[in-house]
Amino acid sequence: MTYCAALRDGQAQCLAKHPEAYVIGLGVPGPTGIFGSTAGLVKQFGANRVLDMPASEGGMTGVVLGTAICGMRPILVHMRVDFAVLAMESIVNQAAKWHFMYGGQMRAPITVRMIIGRGWGQGPQHSQSLQAWFAHVPGLKVVMPATARDAKGMLISAVEDDAPIIIFEHRWLYNVTGSVADGYTPEPLSGARVLRQGKDITFAGFSYMVLESLRAAEILSRLGIDAEVVDLRCLTPIDADTVGRSVKKTGHLIVADTAHTMFGAASEVTSIVVERNFADLKKAPLRVGLPNAPTPTTPALADHYYPTARDIATAALTILGSSGTLPPEPPSAHAWHDVPDASFKGPY
Amino acid sequence: MLRIETGPAVSQGPGLATLAGAKRATADARLAMYRQALRIRMVEEEIVARYPEQEMRCPTHICIGQEAPPVGVSAHLQTRDYIFSAHRSHGHYLAKGGDLKGMIAELYGRTTGCARGIGGSQHLIDLKVGFLGSAPILASTISVGVGAAWAAQRRGENRIVVIYFGDGATEEGAFHEAMNFAGVNRLPVVFVCENNLYSVHSALEIRQPRHRTVKEIGPIHGVESLAGDGNDIDTVWQMAEYAVRRARSGTNPVLLEFFTYRWKEHCGPGEDLGLGYRGKAEFEEWQARCPVAGYRKVLMSEQILQNDADAGMKDEIAIEIDSAFKFAKASPFPAKEEMMRFVFPETRRLGNLS
Repeated sequence: MTYCAALRDGQAQCLAKHPEAYVIGLGVPGPTGIFGSTAGLVKQFGANRVLDMPASEGGMTGVVLGTAICGMRPILVHMRVDFAVLAMESIVNQAAKWHFMYGGQMRAPITVRMIIGRGWGQGPQHSQSLQAWFAHVPGLKVVMPATARDAKGMLISAVEDDAPIIIFEHRWLYNVTGSVADGYTPEPLSGARVLRQGKDITFAGFSYMVLESLRAAEILSRLGIDAEVVDLRCLTPIDADTVGRSVKKTGHLIVADTAHTMFGAASEVTSIVVERNFADLKKAPLRVGLPNAPTPTTPALADHYYPTARDIATAALTILGSSGTLPPEPPSAHAWHDVPDASFKGPY
Repeated sequence: MLRIETGPAVSQGPGLATLAGAKRATADARLAMYRQALRIRMVEEEIVARYPEQEMRCPTHICIGQEAPPVGVSAHLQTRDYIFSAHRSHGHYLAKGGDLKGMIAELYGRTTGCARGIGGSQHLIDLKVGFLGSAPILASTISVGVGAAWAAQRRGENRIVVIYFGDGATEEGAFHEAMNFAGVNRLPVVFVCENNLYSVHSALEIRQPRHRTVKEIGPIHGVESLAGDGNDIDTVWQMAEYAVRRARSGTNPVLLEFFTYRWKEHCGPGEDLGLGYRGKAEFEEWQARCPVAGYRKVLMSEQILQNDADAGMKDEIAIEIDSAFKFAKASPFPAKEEMMRFVFPETRRLGNLS
C-alpha cells in the first residue's frame, strides 16, 4: 500500500470508529482530495464528516480547537506546511496551551496534517519543513511518519491522543509503498525504530531523509560498510535513547532532516547524543539538511539544494576515514532531479 | 445582497439607544442585575485596593465602568450556555456564576485557583457554569467560541455561545474569519463587543475608519448586528434578550456592540489620566454615566430598590468578598511538580466535556 493510501485508510478507520472524528481542510472533499489522501472519503462518510472550509487557516484552527475542547476529534489538513504559518497563533498560543493554562481542565485533541512540498518548482512558499518551530513549543506533539505503516498508524493514534498533534507528511513519500496491516492499527506516537541493523555508522533520519539514509546504507554496503538506519519518527517526544544505543555500537553518527540544518531537529538530536554519549563517539557527528537559504524554484538549483543518499554516503566515508569511493551513479531515468521518480509529472 | 436582513432599527452611538417595543425585565430580575453589577464593582474595587500589596502577581485588567454588558447579557443565559472571554474578563466570569473564591485564588497564584494558579487573571475558567475560558491575545477566543457553537449545532445541543471581546479585537483577522464562518453556518453565537474606545492607549479613531462602526461589520459576514448604550443595564438587557432569542432559535448569529468605558488604566489598579492619551472631560462624562450608580438611581426612582436594601446588599457582598480573599491567601501555592503536570494530558479518553 502507498503512503498516501495508508493516510487515507487511517482517516477512514478513525471516521468509522469515532463518531466525534471529522476531517476538514481546503479541498479535503474536493475532486483531487489532498493529493489523493482524502479521496472518496466524503462519499463514504458524508459531507458532515468530511468538510471543506473557508480559506481562513488561522480562524479555522481556532474553530476546530473549539470543537475539540467540546469533545470532538478534528483532523485539520493543510495542503502545504506554508499555509499553516497563517495558523501559528491558534496552534502555538492556544491549542498548545489550553490543557496547561487551565490547570489540566481543558483538552485540545486536534490533529493537524501538514504536507511538506518538494520539487517541480514548489519554491520559497510551497516547500518549507517547519517541524522544528512546532517542536519548540511545549504542549504540541510533532511526528513525522516515514513509512506507510506509520502514516496510517500514527494518524490513528493522533486522533486518539488528547494532546494537539502535528503530523508532517513529506510529499515525496506519498508514492512509496510499504506493508500495512488491515483495520484499526494504531502506532505509538513516541519511539524511534531501527529499520536497518549495522555496526559501522548510525544514520538517524526524519521523514523522507530516512529513505535517503536507507539508500545511502545500500550504496555503502557495496563498499563493505555496514550502516545502521534509525527512523526517528517523532520530534516530540524525541527518542535519543535508541540513537544513543546505536551510537554505542557504531561510534559514528549522521543525522538527516528535511529542514534547514541550522536550529533544526537534527541539531537537537545531535546535541542530546553528544551530551549523553560523548564517550561512545569516535568522531564528531554530522548533520545533513538544507542550506540556510529559502527554496529556489528553478530545477537547476534543486540538485544543489536538497541533500541526497550520495551526500549522506560521502559524508559517511569522510567520518569513517575510508579511502573507498562511491560506485558511479546509475544513468538517471530522467533529466531533472526535481521529482522523486519518473512517475511524477507536473504540475503537482 | 446580504443573506440576512439586519435587526430592528436601533439608534447608534454612545447615546441612549433602545429597542423599540422590546420587553423589559421584571422588577426582581432588574434588582438581581443591580446586585450583580454592584458585586462586580465591589470585587474590582477590592482588587484595586489590595493589588499594591504586590501579592496578586499577574497582569490584571480591571473592568470598573464596564459592568453593564456582562450583567445584562448573562441575565438571559442558562448554565449550559458557554462563555468565552478575553483579558478583561472578571465581570464576564462573575456574571455567568463563576466561583469568586476560585477567581481570587487564581489571582494569588494558589492551587485552589480556578486554573490551579497556572493561568492567572487572564485565563479564568469555570466549567461548572459554562465559562469555558479567557485568553489575552486579541480575538483568539472568538474563533474557539465559534468552534464550540459549531460543535453544539452539529450535535443538536440546546446551547448558545457568548463571546466577549473589545474593539481592538475587531481589527484582527481572526475576528473576521470567525464571524464569516458563523455567518455561513448560522451558528448559535452572540458576539459581544465592548467598545471602550481604546486599545491599551491607542484611540479608536486612529485604528478604525471614522465612517464605519463595529456594528456595520456584522451584516457583511451574515451576522445580524445591534449597537447601543453599554452603560445602561436595561438597554443591554433588551438588546441581549433579542440576540439570545435569535441565536437560541438558530435563526442567525448576532453581534452586539456596546459603547462603554474603562475607568482604570489598561492593566493594573491605577488611574491613568496623567498619561494624556484620553481627556479629563471625556473621562468625567463617562464617569457621570456610571453603570452601577446610574442603575441604582433608576431602580430607586421606580421604587424597586430602597436605601436599606441597598445597604444590606453591600454588607452581604463585602462579607463574600472578604471571605474569598481570606480563602485565597490561606491556600497553598502549587508544588514544583505542578509545573510539568499539565504540559500534556496524561490519559486517553474520547468525548470530554459532553
